[in-house]
Amino acid sequence: MREVDRRGKYSRRIFLQGAATALPVAAVASSTGIGIEDAWAEAATTLAPATMKTLVKVARDIYPHDFLVDSYYITAVKPWDTKAAKDPAVKTLLEDGVRRLDQDAQDRHKVVYVQVPWEADRIILLQGIEHTDFFKKLRSDLVVSLYNQPELWPKFGYEGSSHEHGGYINRGFSDIDWLPKV
Amino acid sequence: MAKFDLNDDGVVVVIGSGAGGGTLGNELAQKGVKVVILEAGPRTEMQDFVNNEWESFTQLAWTDMRTTSGNWRVARDFANLPAWIVKSVGGSTVHWAGASLRFDEHEFKVRSIYGNVPGANLQDWPITLAEMEPWYARAENKMGVTRTNGIPGLPGNNNFKVMEAGARKLGYKQVHTGRMAINSEPRDDRGSCQQIGFCFQGCKSGAKWSTLYTEIPKGEATGNLEVRPNSMALKVEHDASGKVVAVIYADEVGKTHRQKARIVAVAGNSIESPRLLLNSASSAFPDGLANSSGQVGRNYMRHMTGSVYAVFDNSVHMYRGTTMAGIILDEARNDPSRGFLGGYEMETLSLGLPFMAAFLNPGAWGRSFTSAMEGYPRMAGMWLVGEDMPQETNRVTLDPKAKDKFGLPVASVHYDDHPNDVAMRNHAYKQGSAVYEAVGATVTYPTTPYPSTHNLGTNRMSAKPKDGVVNKFGQTHDIKNLFISDGSQFTTGGACNPTLTIVALAIRQADHIAGAMQRKEI
Repeated sequence: MREVDRRGKYSRRIFLQGAATALPVAAVASSTGIGIEDAWAEAATTLAPATMKTLVKVARDIYPHDFLVDSYYITAVKPWDTKAAKDPAVKTLLEDGVRRLDQDAQDRHKVVYVQVPWEADRIILLQGIEHTDFFKKLRSDLVVSLYNQPELWPKFGYEGSSHEHGGYINRGFSDIDWLPKV
Repeated sequence: MAKFDLNDDGVVVVIGSGAGGGTLGNELAQKGVKVVILEAGPRTEMQDFVNNEWESFTQLAWTDMRTTSGNWRVARDFANLPAWIVKSVGGSTVHWAGASLRFDEHEFKVRSIYGNVPGANLQDWPITLAEMEPWYARAENKMGVTRTNGIPGLPGNNNFKVMEAGARKLGYKQVHTGRMAINSEPRDDRGSCQQIGFCFQGCKSGAKWSTLYTEIPKGEATGNLEVRPNSMALKVEHDASGKVVAVIYADEVGKTHRQKARIVAVAGNSIESPRLLLNSASSAFPDGLANSSGQVGRNYMRHMTGSVYAVFDNSVHMYRGTTMAGIILDEARNDPSRGFLGGYEMETLSLGLPFMAAFLNPGAWGRSFTSAMEGYPRMAGMWLVGEDMPQETNRVTLDPKAKDKFGLPVASVHYDDHPNDVAMRNHAYKQGSAVYEAVGATVTYPTTPYPSTHNLGTNRMSAKPKDGVVNKFGQTHDIKNLFISDGSQFTTGGACNPTLTIVALAIRQADHIAGAMQRKEI
């Protein structure tokens, strides 16, 4: 049976560059003294880097896939910065939402959300805000912004567009080989 | 290509270009009748289709504002998307899966057979299976349905093979790759299925029947059919004698036009069709055009639906190949000993990863959801579709507040499950899981109904004018030159996918309309 290579074509590039940003990563890193991994957050124009990083953590906690590196969640969350730039109400929603989450984390664990060490504890904090507009908008957006990334599909064994490859008629549409004989 | 004048009152105006409107338009054109089809959507052709779920949805889906209410979960999860249907030339035949089944005999007379069911507005159709048989035969030939007309069944894909193996182990007997309007070999100038696996996104090979590249071009070739895309019907006008005389529609820049008509046939699917009649209310028809019965918009049915996805310890890659070429028919019988009336089909179904994330469990998050998603390559899936009870209170009405860009009230869809629907769905979930567990599924997921792809009943057929909107030919009881040509005619829903019945009714209706025109009755 033809299996799908889970590694995906883009994963190395994304891991090194941090969500395929066009930034000259090495230049930013040396001038600001931050790590390569943070460059994407510093590139945000409207939302603070700490806010962006919290949103990425929240995104992963909402849809945790241990085999996905941060870059997929970063890609999913980055557009919020542009939306916040265009619409002050969005900026307020996100900043207030993160502030509330960080406050809840402080109250319970004496640290901000991203520093709460155990996922299970962060989930409890998220459950506390599950009915807020902030959470609902983030989650419903992630359904598309995370799972609609073509680079992510091979990780789930999904092959994407098919007609240009001649469909699956010669690519294993019926090659299953482990069923009991009918 | 034909082009008719707005003031040509000799044309038949058909609203909608899908299974009903597209077929009716072509059938009439072949008989020499002049037809204008007004299609609300654009003319997106086969080469424009994309094998990408969200991009295709944006391209093809009807996303005009609608509101919802009722205890169905769709109202909570997708409050403004009660239905997943197509706004494009070809209508929902662009995105349908191709399943083409005939109603069973008893499904035309459920009031007689099931008796009176509290809360259900059951009625016998004013036609029988025997009367429908020649028309079903013509539809199957027209559409090229596999397992009819000497057309071989499609080969089974991985998803089908899993379901088949489980079904046989459970003892199901009627299991095969379906009666599908998808070419298993070249036919009707269209190629055979390439197992592309994006049936819901428009068939890029043309193997699947769609009015877009069959009925429409054939009708246009006669010189008697003009299709106007981007033409949204706003109102049907009538004269003092109660005859319809014209359709007002808006073009793609919002300018309105008035097309005169000798006859009007409404085929906008079961949400827009009643909406159009309700928005065409006048002093003579204060409750909506042709609505003296009060049944316009009522008895909205969406079939008992649900899905079961199952995960195994080995790969399935269910997305490879046809989305729905696989069926178990055993549960479609009427057998009240199971705890419900009516029956259901079990049909293979696959979603791509993006849609699985959206529809597996809308609103869910966290590890119980993501572990299900990680099972994707080892997942098989089926769709359960069965007869839901028509209820008068399940209905399409005009929303009291929300208006479209032309200032007209949008459609509001109210739906509550009937206890019979719930009992049937629970049984179907159990049986679906059992099929997969029989061949080693380690976990199964009962999945809630999607925004409705089958929408029926809102202009139902009835023998008596007080009980429905149209007669056995889809002719409205109130206005003899006004017809309904889509699934809103269905008196009851039956267990199976509706398209073959819609096409058969349209062929028959064309025959009736042409004869009545020739006899100068309309």
